[in-house]
Amino acid sequence: MSAADIKRKEKLIQRIFLVVAFSSLFSLFLIALFIFVEGLPMIWKVGLKDFLLSTRWSPTKGHFGIFAMIVSSFWVTIGALLFGGPLGLMCSIFLVEFSSARMRAVIKPALELLAGIPSVVYGFLGVVYLVPLVRDYLGGPGLSLLTSCIILGIMILPTVISISVDSLVAVPDSYREAAFSLGATRWQTTHMVTLHAAKSGIITALVLGMGRAVGETMAVIMIAGNALKIPLSPLDPIRTLTSNIALEMGYASGLHRQALFATGIVLFFFVMALNMIATLFARRKVLK
Amino acid sequence: MTPRRAEHVAIGLMVSGAFLALAILFFIIAVIMIKGLPHITARFLLDNPMDMGRAGGIFSTIVSTVYLLVVSLVIAIPLGVGTAIYLTEYTEEGKITKIVRFGTECLAGVPSIILGLFGFILFVIKLGFGWSVLSGGISLAIMILPVIIRTSEEAIKSVPQAFRDVNEVLGGSKWQGVTRLVLPNAAPGILTGVILSVGRGIGETAVVIFTLGTSLRTPFSIFDSGRSMAVHFYILAREGISMDNAYATAAVLVFSILIINIFSYYLMHKFVEARR
Amino acid sequence: MNATGRKRIGLWSLLVVLTVLFGCGRKDESTPKKKGGYASIIIAGSTSVQPFAEKLAEIYMVKNPNTVVNVQGGGSTAGIRAAQTGIANIGTSSRNLHPEEKGLFEIPIAFDGIAVIVNPKNSLRNLSTETLRAIYAGKILSWETLTGVKHRITTITREEGSGTRGAFEELVMEKLEIDPGCIVQDSNGAVRELVATDPYAIGYISLGLVNKQVRAVALDGVAPSVKAVKEKRYRFFRPFLFLTRKKPAGLPLHFICFVLSDEGQRILAKEGLIPASIIHGESDLCRQQTSKEKKN
Repeated sequence: MSAADIKRKEKLIQRIFLVVAFSSLFSLFLIALFIFVEGLPMIWKVGLKDFLLSTRWSPTKGHFGIFAMIVSSFWVTIGALLFGGPLGLMCSIFLVEFSSARMRAVIKPALELLAGIPSVVYGFLGVVYLVPLVRDYLGGPGLSLLTSCIILGIMILPTVISISVDSLVAVPDSYREAAFSLGATRWQTTHMVTLHAAKSGIITALVLGMGRAVGETMAVIMIAGNALKIPLSPLDPIRTLTSNIALEMGYASGLHRQALFATGIVLFFFVMALNMIATLFARRKVLK
Repeated sequence: MTPRRAEHVAIGLMVSGAFLALAILFFIIAVIMIKGLPHITARFLLDNPMDMGRAGGIFSTIVSTVYLLVVSLVIAIPLGVGTAIYLTEYTEEGKITKIVRFGTECLAGVPSIILGLFGFILFVIKLGFGWSVLSGGISLAIMILPVIIRTSEEAIKSVPQAFRDVNEVLGGSKWQGVTRLVLPNAAPGILTGVILSVGRGIGETAVVIFTLGTSLRTPFSIFDSGRSMAVHFYILAREGISMDNAYATAAVLVFSILIINIFSYYLMHKFVEARR
Repeated sequence: MNATGRKRIGLWSLLVVLTVLFGCGRKDESTPKKKGGYASIIIAGSTSVQPFAEKLAEIYMVKNPNTVVNVQGGGSTAGIRAAQTGIANIGTSSRNLHPEEKGLFEIPIAFDGIAVIVNPKNSLRNLSTETLRAIYAGKILSWETLTGVKHRITTITREEGSGTRGAFEELVMEKLEIDPGCIVQDSNGAVRELVATDPYAIGYISLGLVNKQVRAVALDGVAPSVKAVKEKRYRFFRPFLFLTRKKPAGLPLHFICFVLSDEGQRILAKEGLIPASIIHGESDLCRQQTSKEKKN
């Protein structure tokens, strides 16, 4: 084979890889395309305002308002963050700043295992163990915003932990040593220096955790109660955007199905916005 | 509060946080194992479900799960590893890599229910594959693609630059360098990613239920529908068909995920060790 | 082998894989497909019908070893669509078709009562239709006037599009709408599980699925039972429909006739359903089939 041949071949291979490299982008594009093509005509027909801002959802009777679900998804995401965020951060700080390398080698993979447990198992155990507790001690039907927040809070732990651990580890040791030499204790060093330096990474972790919470479906169907009202207390049952899709997808036809795809569009925007925010913060870290 | 006290309080808090998270994990595993393991017998693993899963075993759901995973890996590995090779070997950091990475991140963030919707409308309905291993496999492949890309990229990056330099000095083409030096050396790392994505795929329900369907038959052809273990568990538990079989199915699931995670962790460890 | 040759083989195999993957989208589903000597049909739709269809399919496949019957859930509306589009050979529905859905070939395979259930700890025994309607419309919120217990009612309904909900709305709610504050579960089993664990819950499910974990309440003084439905005293029931795009033929017809045969109907009756013939009379769809079989 001549050198020119080899060069041509290399060029071809590079092209093939370029095409392959765009597979994920292409998939993303296809997903967005199909969700939009299926859902947009319905939004067009009903009107964006009636779709987004009405609380009345009864598709078989021609009402397609998803406001209650937007509010519910919002609260459940915030709630999951309230439970999972601090807990995840505590775990990460413990792992990076207060434990020996050997402890870390055991505990970190164990916590990563939480990500492997199927979401249906979380949902099921939530129904069996957590729902009766909430119902008996706090009141309400047990299937509620609060229950969902707790379960989702646990489910986002691995995301929060793995990213914030990475960002804490990335803080140069010289920072810590400098603080120690000034007489700071470990905790003072952590909250005054290390956490500060790792801030953007931690925010990325929290935002991506929110992304997971807002997108979770099967567990939420099992524990949220799926009622169509705006929740007025943490003990009220809620329906999120995701569970709305999964609950009714099998039954839907015509405009109803389009409305579920339109719900998907809203969810898509939610998640993409969170992703953008996360990437933005991640980029800031790189710039530093 | 004196700094010393604050130190103690903080350490106590961090330790209890980590302890709580670990306790939750152990609780989940313990409950599933204690309630599930006693019902797992050879017959449970090797018999097909009968009477909607109330009796019999879970053999057909194991077959469906494995079949589904194989199809999705066959699609996702070439695409994922190919992307990683492109990003690390065939291009400079620049606009294209940025776009590809951003796309991958976004794809990773797409909720599984959206993937399920997409797979349902495109593969099941528009392309006419019906609820099938093929529809489910492609949809799941899209879900695990980001995981494979990310881990493969890490693995390929960690192959020392010296290997590539040697290849160039010896007059090897880039392609030869990639296939003979880079990939074999990155293989354990890539495998770890593959195993991790198997772990993700095995427990997935939202995507699978809309694309693979829920048929209890053992799938033979790629166009057959099936029911994965996770979906089977969901249906058994949700409909209250049989709690014993539900727990047993969950135990098989959780057990395989444990094995998968431990194995991938072991591989990763060896891989990192070898790099040192 | 040199590198070019290897590459060529690689490219060819890629092509083959792609052809296999994308080239064989299925076109017409109304005829059952055959593969390796096996003929298969797909049944999809109502989650209420699904367990019974699975049971029937199981027994049918034992009797006809060269056939495969795939049973899918999805819901009544999906079943109707699946039959219309041909994704399934047989669609199933647990409610009557809406006027705009007509045009399919409908075969009632059985009737199913709808039972209103409460937790066994609940002392409620009887409800009037009006009271039930008021509960689900969100006008009665507490058990106080019903059983004397001062506690909120946990009202559980099914999701929009469900056949059971459709039938419930038709039979109980009349013009009123089900309150949006009701808890929504997506299957009979899920409703039953919840009622079994929550002492203050009320729900409605297939009569055939009532078990010891829950208690069925009498409506307007009539306790739900197969007998009461047969004697037309209990009026809360709906049909289970098999739907096909055209008049069924071949394997789907053979399966349908098995379902309508004495044996099939016996299986359904054993599961707590009411045989189709009691309300609709003998179907003549299978007469030819049975006479043909007799000749053989």
